Amino acid sequence: MLSTADENPAARPPSGTVTLNAGSTAEGDAVGAEPKISARGVSFYYGAKRALKEINLDFAPRVVTAIIGPSGCGKSTFIRLLNRMNELVPGTRLEGEILLDGADITAPSCDAADLRKRVGMVFQKPNPFPKTIFENVAYGLEVNGVRDRLALEEKVEDSLRRAALWDEVKDRLRESALGLSGGQQQRLCIARCLAVEPEVILFDEPCASLDPISTARIEELILELKRRYTIVIVTHNMQQAARISDRTAFFLMGELIEIGSTGRIFRAPRDKRTEDYITGRFG
Amino acid sequence: MERHFDEELRELKGAVMRLASLARQALMKAVESLKDRDPAAARGVVDGDAALDALELEIDEKCLDLIARHQPMARDLRFITTAIKLNAELERIGDLAVDVAQRALELAGKPLLKPLVDIPRLAELAARMTGEATEAFINGDAELARRVVLSDPAADALKRAVEKELIEDYMMKDGSTADRAVPLLLAARHLERVADHAVSMAEDIIYMVDARVVRHHPEALGQRPEE
Repeated sequence: MLSTADENPAARPPSGTVTLNAGSTAEGDAVGAEPKISARGVSFYYGAKRALKEINLDFAPRVVTAIIGPSGCGKSTFIRLLNRMNELVPGTRLEGEILLDGADITAPSCDAADLRKRVGMVFQKPNPFPKTIFENVAYGLEVNGVRDRLALEEKVEDSLRRAALWDEVKDRLRESALGLSGGQQQRLCIARCLAVEPEVILFDEPCASLDPISTARIEELILELKRRYTIVIVTHNMQQAARISDRTAFFLMGELIEIGSTGRIFRAPRDKRTEDYITGRFG
Repeated sequence: MERHFDEELRELKGAVMRLASLARQALMKAVESLKDRDPAAARGVVDGDAALDALELEIDEKCLDLIARHQPMARDLRFITTAIKLNAELERIGDLAVDVAQRALELAGKPLLKPLVDIPRLAELAARMTGEATEAFINGDAELARRVVLSDPAADALKRAVEKELIEDYMMKDGSTADRAVPLLLAARHLERVADHAVSMAEDIIYMVDARVVRHHPEALGQRPEE
């Protein structure tokens, strides 16, 4: 056995199958908690083009997993499968299964709207509705039938607090969300997502359009949120992945090349393709 | 794909090589001054240490600058952190060369206690280990680094032989030899410390090359990556 301060390669699951574990914040790959989400043999097609190839990947609860890889590697396609956003794209096809708490989310019996309450998503560009700050956060609750004003107010405040935005907007909840800065808008979108009590939050390059200060606030927020939620983040920013994730997965040309503790991936990746990518030698 | 960063890493490697060369030269010169009872040469080693210190600071700054500007990852990160560690080890080797030179100055003008045999051998071994560790760094040669680590017991044995001879054959038999024996005992200790620093360098280089921690894990030394 190696005496690296790292996981034992001999203990790795068979090629193509990887398990992420709750609390695996540093190095180990020891099998622990049941996965919150599991992708099993997932391939995905845009027409005839196979964008994802036989992905096997588990996400344990309350762990931040970063997915990195060059443009076109399939990372955004993959994350969008986790709450069935891709089925809105015509001509696409999925093979394999994606399990949320053991139940296949691709099954006809799974309601997409219910799924997206449980698996929320925050996008690259903040996309607040052209409504007030309050209405933005309350929207999902109202759509789900919450009418009680007091309950709505409590939930909006709680969500804004958890998104670290309350103190900045508490005196202007009835003003348009479009008047907020980009960073505030992104935190508002996170609050909107939190309001419907998701279990998993997907972040698709959430800081791509933000300045460094707003980025730092979102990163701090993600680190706070992982106490309660399972988080998957797609990012082009390797330093961001290194800062905030517990686990990092590297995708290339639709394949999962390598997954491991973030520290290990950025210190000593096992696959040369991962090494070349994260050191900028790619191409 | 060649990156501008690669050119900067090559410059860093060159600076570490220069420091290693200065440290080795200082060491050899210090031992010569001890053997030849040459105070001028010994003073040259003491005076020359400022150049090593300056280069150490320059390398430190270069490493911090590279980390700040490039946020290196993986083997780049391991290379730079190893350079930082080697930089400190080599500067200490330079300091130990000065220590040996000071022992030579202490002995200057006093009659020779005995012809030096094991001390030059120990010096040669320590210098060779330092040189090989540097070569392993330059070429990313974990096997050579491993051999440096394995040389350490020989250095320890030579130091013990020097101690045994000086203490049992001289100091215990004739206490008046102490003022000439103690500087030689200390010189042997300084040289054995040089070998220790070379071993630390080699352990860091094995991590740099194979991402394998052998420091404090001697059992891992015989293993290969992915074992």
